[in-house]
Amino acid sequence: MTDETRLSFPIADLDALRELRAGDRLRIDGHVIGIRDATQIAMFDRGEKPRMDLTGAVLIHTAPNVRKLGEGRYEKVCIGTTTSARMNRFTRGLMEQYGVRAIIGKGGLLADSLPVLQEFGGVYFAIAGGAAALETTQIEEIEAVEFEELLPECLWTFRVRDFGPLVVAMDSHGHSLYEDVTAKARDTLAELVARL
Amino acid sequence: MTVNAGDKVYAAAEEAAKQTYIRALKLLPPDVKAALARARAAETDSSGQGFLDIMLENVAVAERDTNLVCQDTGTVVFWLEVGEDCPLNLARVSAAVKKGTERATLEHPLRPNAVHPVTRKNTMTNTGRHLPAMHYEFVAGSDEMRADALKLHCLPKGSGSENMSFLKMFVPADGVKAVKRFVLECIVDAGPKPCPPTIVGVGLGGTADLCAALAKKAVLRPLGTHSDDPEIAVLEDELLAAANELGIGPMGLGGRTTALGVHIEWAHTHITQNPVAVNLQCWAARRSSALITPAGDVTYGF
Repeated sequence: MTDETRLSFPIADLDALRELRAGDRLRIDGHVIGIRDATQIAMFDRGEKPRMDLTGAVLIHTAPNVRKLGEGRYEKVCIGTTTSARMNRFTRGLMEQYGVRAIIGKGGLLADSLPVLQEFGGVYFAIAGGAAALETTQIEEIEAVEFEELLPECLWTFRVRDFGPLVVAMDSHGHSLYEDVTAKARDTLAELVARL
Repeated sequence: MTVNAGDKVYAAAEEAAKQTYIRALKLLPPDVKAALARARAAETDSSGQGFLDIMLENVAVAERDTNLVCQDTGTVVFWLEVGEDCPLNLARVSAAVKKGTERATLEHPLRPNAVHPVTRKNTMTNTGRHLPAMHYEFVAGSDEMRADALKLHCLPKGSGSENMSFLKMFVPADGVKAVKRFVLECIVDAGPKPCPPTIVGVGLGGTADLCAALAKKAVLRPLGTHSDDPEIAVLEDELLAAANELGIGPMGLGGRTTALGVHIEWAHTHITQNPVAVNLQCWAARRSSALITPAGDVTYGF
């Protein structure tokens, strides 16, 4: 593994992430936008547009545990990351229509998202799933929320500091670490089955 | 037997349901923590080492901050062991367990996950039609279980791992080899999605419904335990060794630790059948228990 890079989001140069390569490690400062199944179904299947600008944003696949403080105001309780593959079909729309360039998740997007990442200079960052207590300490504040009617699957704006470590698991050059591991596992499975 | 426990024991059951749910979310069982530490010591892949370090750090942070280990508060499953001399009214116990789950969700607060399968409307309480799932089992008294007591086991099941559930109805001609191949194929198909290293819960035999429930029960067994059937215990060890040759590793990004355990719970089955169900449990293998006496005294455990 390489030393940790630091990045601040949103990024101004939409091609900046093309420099990242699968296996790179990094931490993030700035803003991370929480998004989930129901949020993206609303955005893409029902055409409901969020007010905020997602250009150059990094998203995170999450639905947090929160405590309501008042109208549109929430306090973090426990925030962690969910399985990305369920939301694979929204990758193109996020990058093409909204200018998103990075997605944090666990378990990876599917292989058919790789050409989309290549086209738009996008990356997928893997985080440790289930490590929410730690992740929560790296989130300073919930600054904004949209699609509140979808609670807990809203569009959340988190201000973060030292967020990570993250691993570039899918880069904009067609490389997915998940595909490497799965291909090897399938070969090993064939050998194991032969000697069962 | 006349039930004369009054309302106290049902209030205790409600409180125990609330507390076991929250405790399960915050405190990983000692056997799971020890298995993760052993896995870290044995892991040779740098990615696998890195993720196991974060998992262990996260468990410590959750304890320090009394926070949830994982944000997914799960679909709540209760396994209830009823002692053979337990005098409690189980309809009232069921209502108390549901109420306790609701109270945990609203009072902590915990993320609400229960939605209608068609409208997707959230009940906001983690309860609803048939939720929490409750399985009752009637047991003899033992060293761990007073014959007149009730033991609640709470298993908040995260969706990343629960979505990786599989059932296959094999036939006798397929043999045990098909069972082994199926379990390993499920682990590969699930890949990174269930947050490996997993506990592989396997149900073997019975009917389709019983087999799936046994796979879930297998997940509840502490790591390091084996089936009491020697043939099945051998199969558990063989499958664990094979699973850890697959190289999927922590979070599916490579390493020698793909599974922390393979647990098989079995039932006799039909002469024409050999059902196999696989229920994967994530590394954050949360469970907690409460023993409730007829007087309403509660002892918490894992």
